[in-house]
Amino acid sequence: MRLKYPDAIRIIRVPCTGKVDVLHILHAFEKGADGVYVVGCLEGECRFENGNLRARRRVEQAKTILDAIGIGGERVKMFNLSSGEGTRFAEYAREMTEKIQELGPNPIKSAKQRQAA
Amino acid sequence: MIVAEKKPIEEVIEMVKDYHKILIAGCNECVTVCEAGGKKEVGILASALRMYFTNQGKQVQIDEVTLERQCDREYLEELRNTIDQYDAVLSLACGVGVQFLAETYFSTPVYPGVNTLFMGATEERGVWSERCQGCGQCILGQTAGICPISRCAKRLLNGPCGGSTKGKCEISKDLDCAWQLIIDRLKELGRLADYEQLAPIKDWSRERAGGPRRVVREDVRQ
Repeated sequence: MRLKYPDAIRIIRVPCTGKVDVLHILHAFEKGADGVYVVGCLEGECRFENGNLRARRRVEQAKTILDAIGIGGERVKMFNLSSGEGTRFAEYAREMTEKIQELGPNPIKSAKQRQAA
Repeated sequence: MIVAEKKPIEEVIEMVKDYHKILIAGCNECVTVCEAGGKKEVGILASALRMYFTNQGKQVQIDEVTLERQCDREYLEELRNTIDQYDAVLSLACGVGVQFLAETYFSTPVYPGVNTLFMGATEERGVWSERCQGCGQCILGQTAGICPISRCAKRLLNGPCGGSTKGKCEISKDLDCAWQLIIDRLKELGRLADYEQLAPIKDWSRERAGGPRRVVREDVRQ
């Protein structure tokens, strides 16, 4: 297929999106990620029954926390696709990258730079 | 177990915003089971606070620890050598743990990170409900193992009241009438005749009405 998607994205593979915890998402932002999106299997088609549904709820939880602390909950999002949908994977990657570019960099990064200076 | 829920992060920030070195202390017992103040919740809150303060341009050190229990001195002792490094401790234990920590380390400000609610059970993951109010004089033997003190809105000893409709309480259609549950279970146990026996007047002085309570057991005391 050899589809192109933005090279700003770093993929972290997990056995199931149900493995992704709020803590992982928050740590990513703490370390300077500008955005985090979780790509799970289609809802109703989780091999582990409800891993992707759990991930969605955790993404929502992370969103609430990020809003409360002024980082912005819109920097985190959940997507679903099947393993055969490479085209959609690339679309989501572009969609998320464009959205994050609109939002600008993670404010934590510039705050840390200011503190270091 | 004791059931608690996380305080909103905005409220936590308001409490600790003037400190520069904060220790967030979780508890491995009840609050871990009800997912309000265990190791994971400590990590989430610490990460969120670190980001908040960094974003605000403040340099605040936030450390994490989770004790086996905060309602026992032997576990609180684990903080003895490090607690003086901190301006404040944010405890995610229940109200008991927060107070015992504050009593143990008298000169360190301690703040609660959770709202402690009740003694209850895990109905399913994410759903906890009240089962005991610690009234000090258990009557579960007479009420088929269902507590009217904690589960009846009026704490009736001889119920149900006129507000019981189709097995539900008048205060909420989602709340079972405790006395309906009692009658149903007495029937199931073949003990419906027990329902006819009037409950004697309860000694409420053994509950909170008698002031803060204490148990002293000379047989186990050291």
